[in-house]
Amino acid sequence: MATPTLDKVEAESAASPYITVTLRIRRFNPEVSDEAQWQDFRIEIDPKERVLDALHKVKWDIDGTLTFRRSCAHGICGSDAMRINGKNRLACKTLIKDVNPEKPITVEAIKGLTVLKDLVVDMDPFFQAYRDVMPFLITKGNEPTRERLQSPEDRERFDDTTKCILCAACTSSCPVFWNDGQYFGPAAIVNAHRFIFDSRDEGGEQRLEILNDRDGVWRCRTTFNCTDACPRGIEVTKAIQEVKRALITRRF
Amino acid sequence: MPAGTLYRGREGMWSWVAHRVTGVLIFFFLFVHVLDTALVRVSPEAYDDVVATYKTPIVALLEYGLVAAILFHALNGLRIVAVDFWAKGPRYQKQMLWSVVGIWVVLMVGALYPVLGHAVREVFGS
Repeated sequence: MATPTLDKVEAESAASPYITVTLRIRRFNPEVSDEAQWQDFRIEIDPKERVLDALHKVKWDIDGTLTFRRSCAHGICGSDAMRINGKNRLACKTLIKDVNPEKPITVEAIKGLTVLKDLVVDMDPFFQAYRDVMPFLITKGNEPTRERLQSPEDRERFDDTTKCILCAACTSSCPVFWNDGQYFGPAAIVNAHRFIFDSRDEGGEQRLEILNDRDGVWRCRTTFNCTDACPRGIEVTKAIQEVKRALITRRF
Repeated sequence: MPAGTLYRGREGMWSWVAHRVTGVLIFFFLFVHVLDTALVRVSPEAYDDVVATYKTPIVALLEYGLVAAILFHALNGLRIVAVDFWAKGPRYQKQMLWSVVGIWVVLMVGALYPVLGHAVREVFGS
């Protein structure tokens, strides 16, 4: 019974699914030039593959100097956020067929952070803002002998913001962050939200005080770029709005 | 080669850009407005002379632009208030933006005659 199956596979592979795609990548190498420039690569690729596969083809087969970050390649580690066709996305979650492969696909580093080489940016300011909001459980009193229990309703309260993978797609899509890197940025506020609204946590007041700063939540101009960019579908602007309202009402 | 490092934001980003632009335009109007109104303290005749220069079709067109800027800024301002204070605001921001644009178009059509009627009569005669 194996033979018919094989025949079918051969028949399908006869019609090649491959198409020719132009990948237009913003290259930058500080050792060669201070100017970034666009470089085109033409590759054969199945449109059902991802932009990350296209980048791999370039790096492995055409130009080994192409530099970009990626680790898990499955949308969990958050390493490969980049600007594809002008929007922040994860290269490993973006299919070629979804980014209009008839035209050149532009790939650039994310905005607002210093580009180190090609698609790699300096993530230090981003992670510093993340550390500044104290993204860990803060409690008072004695440690319980058993686990800290929480009702499903209380868990639901901050469920959305637990999904963050710290890819910086939101923070680097924010016009306020582009103009002033001092702004905490959506990702840090999302991770503060995750603990502020956690019924087990007792550091909410401290975190709200940090975000009440002039570079805190009040810098948000509700452009919704962060919500549109988030590869995890977190309603980022909504989370920021909830922190703003918690600051006004002191109820959280 | 694409000029490009423009970020392709969606409705939210462009409404913010429009809000900024209309805000700056309104500021410039207020600047001029304060100056010409303050002129009445200097001399009422000079004030009359300056205001008389405003009675031209071109200024009428500028006034229509001012109506456009203020209406958008005001309506979108209400949308931003709703985004920040209404729990469901962020989820309905796009619908609210299109409502703002719809109301804006209706009001702009309504403002056509009151603002531009005089200028049209002046240019085309009647």
